Amino acid sequence: MTAMLNVKDLRAYYGQVQALHGLTFALNEGSLTTLLGANGAGKTTTLRAICNMVRSTGAIEFEGKPLSGKSTENVVRLGIAHVPQGRGTFTTMTVEENLQLGAITRTDRKNIVADIERMYEHFPVLKERHTQQAGTLSGGEQQMLAVARALMLRPRLMLLDEPSFGLAPLIVRELFKILGKINREDKVTILVVEQNAQLALELADQAYVIETGKIVMSGNAKEIASNEDVRKSYLGY
Amino acid sequence: MELFTNQVLAGIATGAIYACMALAVVMIYQAIDHLNFAQGEMAMFSTFISWQLMQWGVPYWWSFILTLAISFAGGILIERLLFKPLAKAPVLTNVAGFIALFAIVNSVAGLIWDFTIKQYPTPFGSAPFLGSQLISTHQAGMIGVTLLMLVGLYLFFQFTRIGLAMRAAAALPESARLVGVNTSWMIALGWGMASAIGAVAGILIAPVVFLEPNMMGGVLVYGFAAAVLGGLSSPLGAVIGGFLVGVFENLAGTYIPGVGNELKLPIALALIITVLVFKPAGLFGRAIVKRV
Amino acid sequence: MSAAAEDTVTEAPAVEAVPKRAMTLGTGTSLVILAALLVTPVFVKNFVVFQMTMVMIYGIAVLALNILTGGSGQFSLGQSAFYALGAYTSAVLMENFNVNYALTLPIAGLVSFGAGYLFGKPALRLSGIYLALATFALAVAMPQLLKLHFLEHWTGGVQGLTVMKPDAPFGLPIGQDKWLYYFTLVIALAIYIGSINLLRSRSGRAFMSIRDNEIAASAMGVDVAQYKTLAFGVSAGITGIAGGLSAIVVAFVAPDSYTINLAIALFLGMVVGGVGWLPGSFVGAAFIIFVPNIAESISKGLSGAVFGVLLFLVIFLVPHGARQVAMLAQQMLGNLRKN
Repeated sequence: MTAMLNVKDLRAYYGQVQALHGLTFALNEGSLTTLLGANGAGKTTTLRAICNMVRSTGAIEFEGKPLSGKSTENVVRLGIAHVPQGRGTFTTMTVEENLQLGAITRTDRKNIVADIERMYEHFPVLKERHTQQAGTLSGGEQQMLAVARALMLRPRLMLLDEPSFGLAPLIVRELFKILGKINREDKVTILVVEQNAQLALELADQAYVIETGKIVMSGNAKEIASNEDVRKSYLGY
Repeated sequence: MELFTNQVLAGIATGAIYACMALAVVMIYQAIDHLNFAQGEMAMFSTFISWQLMQWGVPYWWSFILTLAISFAGGILIERLLFKPLAKAPVLTNVAGFIALFAIVNSVAGLIWDFTIKQYPTPFGSAPFLGSQLISTHQAGMIGVTLLMLVGLYLFFQFTRIGLAMRAAAALPESARLVGVNTSWMIALGWGMASAIGAVAGILIAPVVFLEPNMMGGVLVYGFAAAVLGGLSSPLGAVIGGFLVGVFENLAGTYIPGVGNELKLPIALALIITVLVFKPAGLFGRAIVKRV
Repeated sequence: MSAAAEDTVTEAPAVEAVPKRAMTLGTGTSLVILAALLVTPVFVKNFVVFQMTMVMIYGIAVLALNILTGGSGQFSLGQSAFYALGAYTSAVLMENFNVNYALTLPIAGLVSFGAGYLFGKPALRLSGIYLALATFALAVAMPQLLKLHFLEHWTGGVQGLTVMKPDAPFGLPIGQDKWLYYFTLVIALAIYIGSINLLRSRSGRAFMSIRDNEIAASAMGVDVAQYKTLAFGVSAGITGIAGGLSAIVVAFVAPDSYTINLAIALFLGMVVGGVGWLPGSFVGAAFIIFVPNIAESISKGLSGAVFGVLLFLVIFLVPHGARQVAMLAQQMLGNLRKN
């Protein structure tokens, strides 16, 4: 298998502060990879660096094309959807407008309506509320909306930043089930950053562990889950 | 009672001017989150361009359309050249930039067209409207055009993809970029549209206040006030605000003793501020909830 | 890295947080500048001395705005009104009641403080653009109020008031302009030092906590409304003293000297000097006094355009104003010392 996303020696900075210290990793096409780490380890920064939302150096290649120097919106146009932390919902717009925004860069207009219908099949609750202002949705519903909005791009790669954050456990399970389904059926490569390591490792097939801006462990999700250190630090048993 | 009705009517007539300007103010505020102090001057400049075109023999409606196109391009050009480089500068520095632009446009217009007052034609005529001496056909036409623009803007923002993208860019720039919206160009587009709307305002106002480089000074202040009163996030609010300010101003001038012409403006503003103390987001604006 | 990407990292606040120490100059630099200010009048013409006096007076007014905006994050377009109030207080006291000119200044300050405090009470329920509009209304109204008929006996109406220029006291052998220069210098210095101490005090910390995060400040027990009003009052009071000084130095007050244009000029002075950086107030004041003259000398017909272009140049080169220049200079000096 060829790597879809290749990250080499990624360093990122917030002003004078360096947040990533030479990260190297790769995502295989069709894989579902998770990036684990404690608070402040640099998980969010990694995702933001891929989309050029922080100042960074190093090489990032997506399907053989370098991403450096591209603006965020042009990275997105290559087919990389990013579900940010805090969901980035357009709260004053309706649910349906949020979904339309997800497809704003697409030129195949006639398929968009069908795709919105497909999202309503994935997430029936969104159909019920499609004329409501998105700000009136609950946290879980907004997370579903954020994922659906990202899928409206018909992405090749989807980056998710802590999708479980602030959600009830049952909703998290449901969400992760849908993510797995999207990965298998729609062939979307997924990179998910998580603090909920147990769930993420159950779902993923690949995993990386990141500590203070460096990759400290990588491999098959099952192997990582059975690793002693990981169990102690991230799984808590 | 008749005096009252007449004053209200006259207020609505002047209010149409403010409504027109307020619409342009709201447009730019939506795009860039600031009040553009140079907006009135830009509108004045556009009006002069259309006047010049007519002097060269271009028919009214052609010069109208041409001016709109030139103003749209000009607005985009100003944003790209002067304000895009300031995108990361502090907000107050941007405000200083608006003031600088104001000085430049005013001074250049004065040099090209000098400061003598010029007549500006109206396509609507200036006969009494429906037999009323207080509203002329021109003012009625102006109200009509303002309402048309309002409907046009509503349709644009609600039902076009680019309108949706502009709203997204204004509401949450970062999220907008994450769905692939080029927010920087949306801002430029906002400048272009605001500039074109300002041009319409200027062209409609010029027959009333006459054409000269300082014609917009007072109008812009009322436009701001109207936009703030209506709520800066609502084009409809801005238009209603414009009419209200016009009526306010006329009634204050008539019924409060000792006000006269000079204190009309402060009193109108004071009234608006009183409204804002009770309704901080304006009459039709959406309250912004601050998160801690 | 891309330019578009970087600005998404943090949304810039309306007023950047300035650390307390960065608000002033080092002692050495301050003393050199003070020495220069002390000896310059000996070598230059009276008109230049007068202009330098005006720079200091405008500098005080810009500093007052800086305390308000840089210190507590509020923004006022009404400073010209308080300036006018101070100027008229001094002028009326001197001309109609024969009060000594020096004594009129504290009264001008108190009157403006009171007016600012009273205006601030209701107005400060507003913030941002709304407060700007409210203060703008005040600035527009002030010249009209000064022209009011029933005040004409004291204010001289549209004509304004001419004031006697004071001579140097104790028979000192210097001219009026030079005497007023040193008089203004002493007051400017006192206000400058007082302002620095104010911002370093408990109240100053309260101001700045409001500027940085109003909700957090109130959660820590800062009485936000009270301190906001206080900051507004103090700023108005200092502006009033500047206005009083201007009445004495210019020896003339008239309603149309204090239009909204003055408020805009003071605002530009603050931006050019660097928001929140007190020494910058005087740099900004020099800008708003000298640059229009320079523009006029470059092109009479296009002086407005030249001024606008010069202003654009300044904000393109140093968007953070003179503060940025000072910080760069400091860094370079620091590097030199290391090597």
